[in-house]
Amino acid sequence: MILAVMEHDRGKIVDASLELLTLLRSLAQPMNATVNAALMGKDAETIAPLLMEHGVTKVYLVQNERFVDYAPEAWAKGLVHLIGAVRPKAVAAAGTDRGNELMARVGANLGLAMAANCTELRPGERLGVTRLRWGGSLLEEAELIGEPKLFTVAPHVVAWEASPAREFSIKEFHPSLEEKDFRVRVVKRIESEKAGVSLPDAKVVVGGGRGVGSAEGFQRLEELARLLGGAVGGSRAATNNNWRPHSDQIGQTGVQIAPDLYIACGISGAIQHMVGCKGTKRILAINKDPEAPIFSRADYGVIGDLHEIVPALIDEIKKAKAR
Amino acid sequence: MNVLVCIKRVPDTGARFELTADAQEIDTRNMEYAISPHEECAVEEAIRLVEKHGGSATVLTLGSEAASEQIREALAKGVERGVLLETDGKEWDAGATAQAIVEAIRATPFDVILFGNECADAGNYQVGVRVAQQLGLPCVTGIKALEINGGMAQAKCEVAGGWEVYEVPMPAVFTVKEGINTPRHPSLRGIMAAKKKEIGRVKPTQPNVQLLKKRLKKPPERSGKVEILGQGKEAASAIVAKLKELGVIQ
Repeated sequence: MILAVMEHDRGKIVDASLELLTLLRSLAQPMNATVNAALMGKDAETIAPLLMEHGVTKVYLVQNERFVDYAPEAWAKGLVHLIGAVRPKAVAAAGTDRGNELMARVGANLGLAMAANCTELRPGERLGVTRLRWGGSLLEEAELIGEPKLFTVAPHVVAWEASPAREFSIKEFHPSLEEKDFRVRVVKRIESEKAGVSLPDAKVVVGGGRGVGSAEGFQRLEELARLLGGAVGGSRAATNNNWRPHSDQIGQTGVQIAPDLYIACGISGAIQHMVGCKGTKRILAINKDPEAPIFSRADYGVIGDLHEIVPALIDEIKKAKAR
Repeated sequence: MNVLVCIKRVPDTGARFELTADAQEIDTRNMEYAISPHEECAVEEAIRLVEKHGGSATVLTLGSEAASEQIREALAKGVERGVLLETDGKEWDAGATAQAIVEAIRATPFDVILFGNECADAGNYQVGVRVAQQLGLPCVTGIKALEINGGMAQAKCEVAGGWEVYEVPMPAVFTVKEGINTPRHPSLRGIMAAKKKEIGRVKPTQPNVQLLKKRLKKPPERSGKVEILGQGKEAASAIVAKLKELGVIQ
């Protein structure tokens, strides 16, 4: 049996968890194994029926009266107890911040290695994995020893597909946890006040880099994004210079975007930035340096000064919209 | 307050890189090195904690002698002491790295131990968590704000739609994300002073590795060539035509 650790926010499942199930089903088949799932946290039980649609044959509801918001030590210990009771061959979560943390804690607790952000899995006595390095600009082929095999699966590697299970059951599991297991926990959640479409959800993103030159320079990018119903982001150069808040940084150490169109203005195209837009359908690059690496990664290019091109583009779009 | 910050020396890659002939490493012959980005912010946070609460900061890394360059960089910014866990430069997996760190610091209690959330190159997301587990300390990962008040620390993590706030008892381990602060540049005086600071050296023995690296490879390159829509502001109408074609504007 392979145990999938599901991630959700108060009953709303994270897409990466469904992608995980799709990949685990293809690992389970040659192993002649089933895929079971572990669910914990507030409103977790509401997800169970959906998991059957995705090929899960048994759901373990890991329960404790204090499992409301995230408490990493207690959640990891709950999983470790479940692993001890049901003996899976492998345990995996989605390669999100939370999934990576939780699986790292399980690994630390069991004294086992954990392979983070896998993209391919090859069953065997030693589990063969391919995993992301440098945010995905490089891949590593490795072998994982010990049992159970612990790993996370990188988001956006496979598209999720439903595949209903033939049988399905739900079992409650009550790990024995103490007060001290909850010493690390979320004590408060603060909703963001930021209005408008968020960077990860935007269909159009306008990004600015070193070439924008100043915080004021971003005003025209804001205007362009507004006209296109999109959001504005920046490269590491833009956020390190405090032209944009860090939460707007697109890249390996910032936000991952996946819009239909990314308009990259004055961005050279460093690996650190490009791995943040891997999910992007099309890239339009505006840069005055025809040799900039961004042009080898873009679908469309315009060579020239963004400070001339962006205002001209804004005027043209307004004209087109007025017609 | 005694603060430890653990860093990693990584190649400063820029736009593209090549692999060595045996596909075990990145070919770094024409590359500079740097402190991994999240860890650069961890160094800054360590210095700020000491500026605010007193005490001293120590920087530690595991790597070859060459990694003392990154220790010196942290010392130049204001960290007092450096420790190099010296290896032959081959990569250690996360479990082995954590164990070496734990053994090196077990005898020296720290109030705060800082890591980066994940290093830029290996991306294992777990050395800090493993060190905390072995030392029995609470750990909060991926933090973008840290306040310490008496025996308690409040840390904030940015999540979709807002923030999550943690409160943990000290001593504690935190893994830091870029954005928690803006790292300072070393001053000339700091650079001179760093040359006189001593770097402690320990040669750890490598425990059994459980994640066996076989080879690195480059992902498939995207096919297709860039379509140049024009030059300068005259290209605006061609861009609008393309936006219409793509359905971005009606």
